Amino acid sequence: MDFAAIFSAAFALIVGLDPTFLTIVGLSLRVTLTAVLVAALIGLPLGAALALARFPGRSVVIVCLNALMGLPPVVAGLFVFLMLSRSGPLGSLGLLFSPAAMIVAQIILVLPIVIALTRQTVEDLWGEYRDHLRSVGLEGVRAIPTLLFDGRFALATVLLAGFGRASAEVGAVLIVGGNIAGYTRTMTTAITLETSKGDLPLALGLGLVLIVLTLAINAIAFGASRIGARYAG
Amino acid sequence: MSPTRRLLIASGFTAALTALALAQTTTAPPAGTRFITVSSTTSTQDSGLFGHILPLFKAKTGIEVRVVSQGTGQALDTGRRGDADVVFVHAKAQEETFVADGFGLERRPVMYNDFVLIGPKSDPAGIAGTKDIAAALVKIAEKGTAFVSRGDKSGTHAAELSLWKMAGVDLAARKAAWYREIGQGMGAALNTAGGMGAYVLADRGTWISFKNRGDLTIVVEGDRRLFNQYGVIAVNPARHPHVKTDDGQAFVSWLVGPEGQKAIADYKIEGQQLFFPNATQAGA
Amino acid sequence: MRDVASILPLSVDAVSFLGSGRALIEDLSFTVPAGGLTVLLGPNGAGKSLTLRLCHGLLTPSEGRIGWAAGAHGRAKRHAMVFQKPIMLRRSVEANITHALAAAGVAGHERRERAHAALARFGLTDRATQAARLLSGGEQQRLAIARAWSLRPELLFLDEPTSQLDPAATRQIEELLAGLVAEGITILMSTHDLGQARRLADRVLFMHRGRLFEDAGAGAFFAGPATPEARAFIAGELIW
Repeated sequence: MDFAAIFSAAFALIVGLDPTFLTIVGLSLRVTLTAVLVAALIGLPLGAALALARFPGRSVVIVCLNALMGLPPVVAGLFVFLMLSRSGPLGSLGLLFSPAAMIVAQIILVLPIVIALTRQTVEDLWGEYRDHLRSVGLEGVRAIPTLLFDGRFALATVLLAGFGRASAEVGAVLIVGGNIAGYTRTMTTAITLETSKGDLPLALGLGLVLIVLTLAINAIAFGASRIGARYAG
Repeated sequence: MSPTRRLLIASGFTAALTALALAQTTTAPPAGTRFITVSSTTSTQDSGLFGHILPLFKAKTGIEVRVVSQGTGQALDTGRRGDADVVFVHAKAQEETFVADGFGLERRPVMYNDFVLIGPKSDPAGIAGTKDIAAALVKIAEKGTAFVSRGDKSGTHAAELSLWKMAGVDLAARKAAWYREIGQGMGAALNTAGGMGAYVLADRGTWISFKNRGDLTIVVEGDRRLFNQYGVIAVNPARHPHVKTDDGQAFVSWLVGPEGQKAIADYKIEGQQLFFPNATQAGA
Repeated sequence: MRDVASILPLSVDAVSFLGSGRALIEDLSFTVPAGGLTVLLGPNGAGKSLTLRLCHGLLTPSEGRIGWAAGAHGRAKRHAMVFQKPIMLRRSVEANITHALAAAGVAGHERRERAHAALARFGLTDRATQAARLLSGGEQQRLAIARAWSLRPELLFLDEPTSQLDPAATRQIEELLAGLVAEGITILMSTHDLGQARRLADRVLFMHRGRLFEDAGAGAFFAGPATPEARAFIAGELIW
């Protein structure tokens, strides 16, 4: 099979909205968006709280979080696998080999990024806003909504970074999802499988979608920082 | 909270929820779907057999079968941990141990296919056309031509190792640069062999459905020793009370029954039958 | 608001403040009664800014106490502060004001009314929807004052409000401050600009090296300062 034929077959899958293809793309988006949403709901307030709080061992926590940002996905996957296996502590939930398990694994991958980068963003902003916010009576927890809102453009790029990491990884979702056709098969696990089967058009088509997605994420991030610049001056 | 702020937050949430809802409708099976989890081998998965027979089973029983495909060793481990309801693999000795250890209920033979030795068309070891797999392997070892091994404790890997043993080649003693263990599935092994111009042992099903053959071709086939038997076992609920024994047994019974056996025989790629049902054959 | 008991006079009683092991403010005592504009005058490093922060409650005295006539605690504390470099939130001009009002616990519909009033009062109505951080330096400081004003303070603290502005913007701010005093708002502001002190002050608190050297009416202070340090400062000599 020559290169041009692979490319045109891949395009046919995308343009023709092949159902298998759409299922895979849809599942990937559902899993990753859910993971990022949950990570945002937990990580944004937590990161902001960490930025404002002073307690013994705080720098240890920050160093650990920064290190966790580079956590190898397969390790996160292995951890979730051991937890969720029927023989593991949370086995009774019966979540292994399900999208829920993949979402959990991706949350573990994305959460440190969200918390660590939110902490950085909010701490910088707090340094700038502290006098005024304290002057109008916003301190501690009460300052968090203002800081998160005013950091919205930087924080949007934080979430996009998390989305990028989660959508591009294959190790964790393969281990905990099992790559079950039509159920836990995502773009990355499908690419792995289809490449090994030698079905290069499907693998390439999914690869193209991932590339477009990555491009879109970066375009949105760029746009966000531009709009942010308009407000930030 | 200012109106613009409220609007921004609201629109952010709406966008996220819409995306979720969209993804949900395109992918999610309806809640409460009846399903079983089957751990099986990469060769059955990569060959496309499941894509053919599982919809037939679902249409008949309403049970969705979720297949996690791994090497045979791994697939049996998944069953041992209770993470699957049924295991469907091809390594008879290991399967019998699995049942003897109390992890499985009963091993039922399902079908067979055969292994073929794949190699580059240029045939550097000069073995093309022979029917004697043992002699072919000896020649590869003597000439030191590249050979790709799955190296992943799969059924195919186990079969390959026993063939080397049968051929009298002591891999541990002769293991050298020409013998390459990649620790991956069948398709990946074929891709690797194609890329390196190496020999590789493959199951015929994966080979027939493999699309990226490039310069590879069958060099040795037809030896009785290349026979590859598949068996199916429901996981023992005495070990793992949560397993879906009834639905799992329904799948086992269907596979070894006339409908399943016919479905397997009907699966063809480019006119070639990939698997040969033999549930009723004694001793299979 | 005027039916509530006044928080003034503010009394600063024997206040000291330690920073990195040494006294930055030492034994400071003065009161600020209602009305007029009091200037904290002195060279850089005299402790003017620290004094304002201590009074506003951003810092806690190491010794001594800051007292108010009536309950100045609670959410709406009835004294507000404007900083040397205006702190603008990353929002529109109007939202900068409504945010401060929300923080003070003002209800939604009233926030908008009061914000509009503040924008009109300080000539910022046509800037309402613009990003606050894109205003000029003078406009930003005007917005900071409008934002503080919208909180309806009895006492307004200003920390070198014009030190980063050009002469035209400075004059504009000074006119605004005179207007606020006329409106009945009491002002305590710091400056190291002698000319500004002459133009605005009703009363001068002269500080040097963390201590209060003189507390006098503006006329008396400029006519004949009692201490050699104040005399030197007025004479334009570098004191340190």
